[in-house]
Amino acid sequence: MSTLVVVEARGEALPPQALELVGAAQSLGEPTDALLVGSGVRALAPRLPVRRVLVGDDQSLRPYLAEVWTPLVADAVEQSQADVVLFPHTLLSRELAPRVAFRLGTAAVTDCTALGRADGQLVLAKPIYGGNALADYAVESRPVVATLRPRAFPAAEPGGATPEVIDVAVPAASPRAVVVDTVQAAPSAGPTLKDARVVVSGGRGLGGPENWHYVEELAAALGAAVGASRAVTDAGWVPPSLQVGLTGTTVSPDLYVAVGISGAVQHMAGCGGSRNLVAINRDPDANIFRHARWGIVGDYKEVLPALTARIKELKGSG
Amino acid sequence: MRIVVTVKQVPDPDVPPGSFQVDSANKRVVPPTGVAPVMNGYDANALEAALKLKEAHGATVVALSLGPAEARDVLKRAIAMGADSAVLVEDPALAEADTWVTANALAAAIRKMGAEGEPIDLVLSGRQASDTDAGQVPLGVAELLGWPSLAPVQKIDWADGKARVERMTEDGYDVVEVAPPVLLAVSSEIGEPRYPPLRGVMMAGRAQIPSWSLADLGLSDLAPRRKIVRLYAETREAKAELVKADTAADAGRVLADKLREAKLI
Repeated sequence: MSTLVVVEARGEALPPQALELVGAAQSLGEPTDALLVGSGVRALAPRLPVRRVLVGDDQSLRPYLAEVWTPLVADAVEQSQADVVLFPHTLLSRELAPRVAFRLGTAAVTDCTALGRADGQLVLAKPIYGGNALADYAVESRPVVATLRPRAFPAAEPGGATPEVIDVAVPAASPRAVVVDTVQAAPSAGPTLKDARVVVSGGRGLGGPENWHYVEELAAALGAAVGASRAVTDAGWVPPSLQVGLTGTTVSPDLYVAVGISGAVQHMAGCGGSRNLVAINRDPDANIFRHARWGIVGDYKEVLPALTARIKELKGSG
Repeated sequence: MRIVVTVKQVPDPDVPPGSFQVDSANKRVVPPTGVAPVMNGYDANALEAALKLKEAHGATVVALSLGPAEARDVLKRAIAMGADSAVLVEDPALAEADTWVTANALAAAIRKMGAEGEPIDLVLSGRQASDTDAGQVPLGVAELLGWPSLAPVQKIDWADGKARVERMTEDGYDVVEVAPPVLLAVSSEIGEPRYPPLRGVMMAGRAQIPSWSLADLGLSDLAPRRKIVRLYAETREAKAELVKADTAADAGRVLADKLREAKLI
């Protein structure tokens, strides 16, 4: 019995979720192995605090194509004899994990927020119906394949004994799909939405795009990523990539500040996992207050400038 | 070109929170009464993408769903929007279907369509459903068919017998070319679904939608791989500490101090 975590590596640092996957795996109490996949990533292997690191390192693995990764990962899972395989809930693994699971004749549970045992059985919890309910799943086939929501699991401590590093064969692939171009979005000023520790989101209550600067100024003072409700992205005030919610990004920051957001199912599905939620809204009956740790009932045009200025003072004074 | 679009009927997600009831004893979520179920939002985006390809390049579009008899409503909507035909996979044995069973049944239905008519070039699916939010079935279908998949996609063009697709990445997108057949999991960036024209609604009213059972698909002994062992609601209490002060600006300053006390800034 062992647990395998899949690390989609690129560049010279471990991806943000790698140690969270290891932490979640360790909590299951069986030996933890990792599968490190990418191009030119082998040097990262000793940094993973696990028993063994299987390495699939080949130029053919980037840019990513499911056709190339699926056979590699499925073979490595069988080689490792893992009975639980954990992926990050990234765009890449949302495609890869179900394909690997189906290739192995099993099923995946995606976007898990907790792992546990009940009656000796592994159960995987995930929100469904936009966070209106939580479901605990058990998987009857082996291996159990899951993707884990970012920032939902405590990270493992780096360091410890050096893992054994094992190169795995990268199957020769002749994918039908061909990546002919890669386009990177212009980097935004702040942290990316899904990995941010602090997020400030604005909703319809702001009144119009001309008021969006209130949200951006607060976010800048907090070093936060900027998000938006669907009403705002649908209206075209800000790009769709900023949408937090059922049909947008799911975030689990330490602090989430919702400004002028009523808190519909659609939105709460994306931010309900925030550790601390602050709601600023003129409507005292807004649903968002039911999810909040702190709330201010009032006009954001008065609240935000004062809040922003005081945060700058506090940060300035260390 | 022949395109299959998978569509799922889901409870309307644009309702106030709390209108869903969690029936823990029967491990199911009871959707709000009096609110009609709808076509899953991303599936409507996928259908829109198929209809745009049909308009630009000529194509036959088949809508495919799996569910109870009521799921015919979303197939009728698909026809009203512009799909040429629709098929419902319907079987009492599917009542407890999980993603494994669902994907196997849909893959078998797509194989049957391809065997009985023109080959299928594209399967377009929404990237995930708004009820179970798993995003797993389309990729299972691709794997079972032995096809490439690309997910999630925000743009689909067709040229020289190939799909040219923008596949979203964490920091932008890749432009990918792929010869058919291929499955594409579609995201909302592709564009708003159209509203069904009156003529379409009338055609949908007359449409015959065949239903295929598991036996029709040559399937038996499909065992679910996973089950729900517990279903529960997260308890949400009105616990917000309302920050009060003489003015809204003062409240903002007090809030900043509270965030500092809690070491959040």
